Amino acid sequence: MLRPETEAELAEIVRGAEGPLSIYGGGTRKVGEAAGQVLRTTGLSGISLYEPGALTLVAGAGTPLAEVEAALAQEGQALAFEPPDMSGLLGGSEPKAEGWGASTIGGVIAANASGPRRIQAGAARDFALGVRFVDGSGEVIKNGGRVMKNVTGYDLVKLMCGSHGTLGVLTEVSLKVLPAPKASACVLIDGLNVAEAVEVMSKALGSPFEVTGAAHAPKGVDGHPVTMLRVEGFEEQARYRATRLAELVGQAARIEDDPAKVQKGWAWVRDVAPLQEGPGDIWRVSVKPSDAPELVKRLGEEFEVGLLDWGGGLVWVRCPMGLDLRVDMTVPGHATRVRGKSETPAFHPSEPGVARLEAGLRAKFDPRGILNTGLMG
Amino acid sequence: MQMPKPDAMVLDRKAAIVAALQEVLPKDAVIHDAFETKAYECDGLTAYKCPPLAAGLPASTEEVAAVMKVCHRMGVPVVPRGSGTSLAGGALPTADSVILGVARMNDVLETNYADRMIRVQTGRTNLSVTGAVEEDGFFYAPDPSSQLACAIAGNIAMNSGGAHCLKYGVTTNNLLGVTMVTMEGEVIEIGGAHLDPAGLDLLGVICGSEGQLGVVTEATLRILPKPEGARPVLMAFNSNEVAGACVSDIIKSGILPVAIEFMDRPCIEACEAFAKAGYPMCEALLIVEVEGSDMEIDAQLAQIMDIAARHNPVEMREAKDADEAGRIWLGRKSAFGAMGQINDYMCLDGTIPVSALPEVLRRIKQMSAEYGLDVANVFHAGDGNMHPLILFDANKPGDLELCEAFGADILRLCVEVGGCLTGEHGVGVEKRDLMSDQFAPADLEAQMRVKDVFDPKWLLNPAKVFPLDVSEERRAG
Repeated sequence: MLRPETEAELAEIVRGAEGPLSIYGGGTRKVGEAAGQVLRTTGLSGISLYEPGALTLVAGAGTPLAEVEAALAQEGQALAFEPPDMSGLLGGSEPKAEGWGASTIGGVIAANASGPRRIQAGAARDFALGVRFVDGSGEVIKNGGRVMKNVTGYDLVKLMCGSHGTLGVLTEVSLKVLPAPKASACVLIDGLNVAEAVEVMSKALGSPFEVTGAAHAPKGVDGHPVTMLRVEGFEEQARYRATRLAELVGQAARIEDDPAKVQKGWAWVRDVAPLQEGPGDIWRVSVKPSDAPELVKRLGEEFEVGLLDWGGGLVWVRCPMGLDLRVDMTVPGHATRVRGKSETPAFHPSEPGVARLEAGLRAKFDPRGILNTGLMG
Repeated sequence: MQMPKPDAMVLDRKAAIVAALQEVLPKDAVIHDAFETKAYECDGLTAYKCPPLAAGLPASTEEVAAVMKVCHRMGVPVVPRGSGTSLAGGALPTADSVILGVARMNDVLETNYADRMIRVQTGRTNLSVTGAVEEDGFFYAPDPSSQLACAIAGNIAMNSGGAHCLKYGVTTNNLLGVTMVTMEGEVIEIGGAHLDPAGLDLLGVICGSEGQLGVVTEATLRILPKPEGARPVLMAFNSNEVAGACVSDIIKSGILPVAIEFMDRPCIEACEAFAKAGYPMCEALLIVEVEGSDMEIDAQLAQIMDIAARHNPVEMREAKDADEAGRIWLGRKSAFGAMGQINDYMCLDGTIPVSALPEVLRRIKQMSAEYGLDVANVFHAGDGNMHPLILFDANKPGDLELCEAFGADILRLCVEVGGCLTGEHGVGVEKRDLMSDQFAPADLEAQMRVKDVFDPKWLLNPAKVFPLDVSEERRAG
């Protein structure tokens, strides 16, 4: 295992590599397989700049997510995209993969990992202001910066977000952060089917009450369907929004405003708790929210829909090992197999025109094809 | 500012190129008369002008693809154009180029409130996207000040921002998908109404690529429910430092205003003379706007004024209704017009870390004395995006060059303090040659590799974004 302590050392390793490298942060949100010598970024750790008054933070890619979140919490701020903890969902198998540890901020960006608030605030990629990375030739490249508005040159920051280490190894990321909401409340509706739930969620998300979470679990913690809507703000504001939202969605709605319960409920959604227990492959499907009922209807009985997040736009599904969910997917969107192995690629294959551009970019940024080889096509 | 020497081979074949374009477009959609092509000789950066070889005005994605195929086959550079409002020269032609204007493509293709999206042809203007959905309580968030005229195509090319992006983000944060035509004439679909891409985030790199990677003909945009209301407060301070500290304290307090605008004394004086908004005379003025219901607005404004009170403001005015809100915004919204009244001006667009504000304003003042040119500052203070306006006299020989040198120094200062050359206007030709001040050769090389993939022959808007010497080999093919 390689674990450089500096960016220069990392660049040297990549330059001198004679075979494929398998890139790891903490290894907690690994999707798919890429054989190669393990290269960990955890040696590039530490927050180098944090200006609460400018809403910006810069950290080494290997900085533990927990360290970033703790520093932000001290100033009453947070990562608005609410990165999920995937270890419960992906960490169930033994033996633990090499490189396993604590989630890193670089891993969060490389996976473009966003939680329930993505539907309102945006994804990880929307909060990434700048990156430094080492490309497949061992060249150090910077892009973006540490200011919120920046259109200077091409936005390679976005390109790196969600590229899962296939275009370069992140060494540093700079992020836009936001004030953490002071209060939150949850509007709950029981007993809806998927189509009804999506309709309610759309109605809520189309309201002016800034709904920051809209999820539906066909089986809630008590085994019955529950639809959850979250509002936030200062205390009076959260209460006002919850009340108005409950009126909007109808009489069956109830309001939960116990902070601990609201927090726990949304961590349950964020970390895909309904599907954590038990064997099988896990699929993550992104569709237009109003297509979710059709998607769910088409899936065969062997597919268990655990959760619809993002107002129905993100569907989490479990199925027996080796089944290909994409076969039954008749609506536009994409499906990623986040857990499990089979002949089918983990990442959704792109259309030919797009695939050609992606392959072209990989060939330019990693001409020897040594960074997480074959992971994304 | 230099532009590459036009390709004589292309100029010589003008008749054949026009004929080929006329084969794929209706007769009135090919502009080639030397008098008529003058209409396309510049964009919002009027200091530079050059009529194109011809202009094509397609009405559909298919026609765009056909034009691209012709130009690709004949080796003719293509300069895409939305409404031509670029302040950076993004749509400035060269004599050997074909302007590809999308102005005839302005339909709304789909409106979908359940999924909060709208799909439009990209010649549609920014404001008319909101216009198509506002009766139903929705809006499109990015709001560049040219929004009445500027096209979504240009917004995507430049990743346009606006006054409200502290809360709502810029174009890239509100763009879900595009239909794009490559230089080869291939039509590709990227993204869609679903969130986040399956593979690499091509949408992210296309947005802000200044028309160098492809021509975006259709766009799927995120629309948002309109807030219940919005009201500003105006706060006047005796120094830039104090106003800057106040901005920082507001943000640290946990409030996220929808806009925080900053004006310095020269700007306030000009706006007063022009719009007579009744602004207090002071060194620095902040306009902070918040959204929500009346209760939410009252609570947030009260908290903001509490914070401001600790910074000894000269005056504070809270808007109690729409009328008062309008008066507070009146001066700010007429800032550019007011400047135009006084003089010719050049509008810069650098971004700085908010913490560097006092230092940057102090040094701009010093430089202003050294150059002998006045500067007024308008500033999106929440996100650090500065708009220094340098006043000069276009009729005075040498003044434009002096102004450009001063502007370049201000932008270098932005980079030096940890910021960047452009926050929302784009690089275009205007800041092209300063790119090496912000980026190392390897950084620029990495960006140019992306263009190599999308446009191997470097025919699309080729003389922009990258310093001419840096891109020379690639442009020579």
